[in-house]
Amino acid sequence: MRPVFARVVTGTLMKHLKLQAGPRGRRESREKTVGLWCSEEFPSQMAEGRRVEEKILSQCRKHAYGQRDLFALKLALEEAISNAIRHGNKSTPSKHVRVKYRITRERIDVMVEDEGSGFDPAVLPDPTADQNLQRACGRGVLLMRAYMNNVVFNSAGNSVMLTKFNESHSSGDAPISNTTVAFG
Amino acid sequence: MQQDAARLKVTREGDIVQVEFTSRKILDEGNIAEIGDQLSALVEAEHRPRLVISFAGVDHLSSAALGTLITINNKVKNRDGQLRLCNISPQIFEVFLITKLNTLFHIYPTIKEALESLRSGAQAGRLQ
Repeated sequence: MRPVFARVVTGTLMKHLKLQAGPRGRRESREKTVGLWCSEEFPSQMAEGRRVEEKILSQCRKHAYGQRDLFALKLALEEAISNAIRHGNKSTPSKHVRVKYRITRERIDVMVEDEGSGFDPAVLPDPTADQNLQRACGRGVLLMRAYMNNVVFNSAGNSVMLTKFNESHSSGDAPISNTTVAFG
Repeated sequence: MQQDAARLKVTREGDIVQVEFTSRKILDEGNIAEIGDQLSALVEAEHRPRLVISFAGVDHLSSAALGTLITINNKVKNRDGQLRLCNISPQIFEVFLITKLNTLFHIYPTIKEALESLRSGAQAGRLQ
């Protein structure tokens, strides 16, 4: 089987992620080009997480994201939301997960934030190392990084920003930086 | 002999147990826990389990599903058994490649090849 290539993109996009709300007419016209931020907050239950995930994916379908992008987004959203519920909020229903997202034809940005104390992604064990292959957990961040164009954690480690470019839409809205990693 | 459970379709051929998922998305936390329990029960019912899991029709999975498969693989090994995976779509196989779990699991393109590898002990046709 041919080696499979997954794009992993590094670099910061945070400066692009501030909502610029203007007068109503201006906001509506901007929606088509830059999109508007939407927000959801829900208790730490997977059923609630799936509801939000499906809502986001449904909007991506309307923006003509292809099957490959949708697979990648579903996977990364599932991992980010599941991490927030299980590891961040320890599945405590009184604790909430906040999901903020912006979708355009060119790209989607999703922030997933929990009420936990956060973690340091830099010290996570490498799940692909031989000694860790038989461990049943610890692959969520790896999959997010493999399938998204950009994955940025805040300094506290309780919030992650995922960015994915629409592969079926060539707009010249290129990633800020891009490296290619071979797998297999 | 065939037995239909909520999440799995189980078929026996001699001492080999074949399993298919009834859900296209083995992603849901509830599904995963149930699937894990049912697979564990199948493994624990065998002296030396020989198990083939087919992913036909499965179009999505998560790291939680991978974790469940690893747990099952460990249980099979602890009972001196063998596990084969097959019929994995290219998109899902990519997840196995990224996580390098293609090196942990014995993965075959079709159920026929997976069954043959169990019967003969050979590993020809294994996807890496």
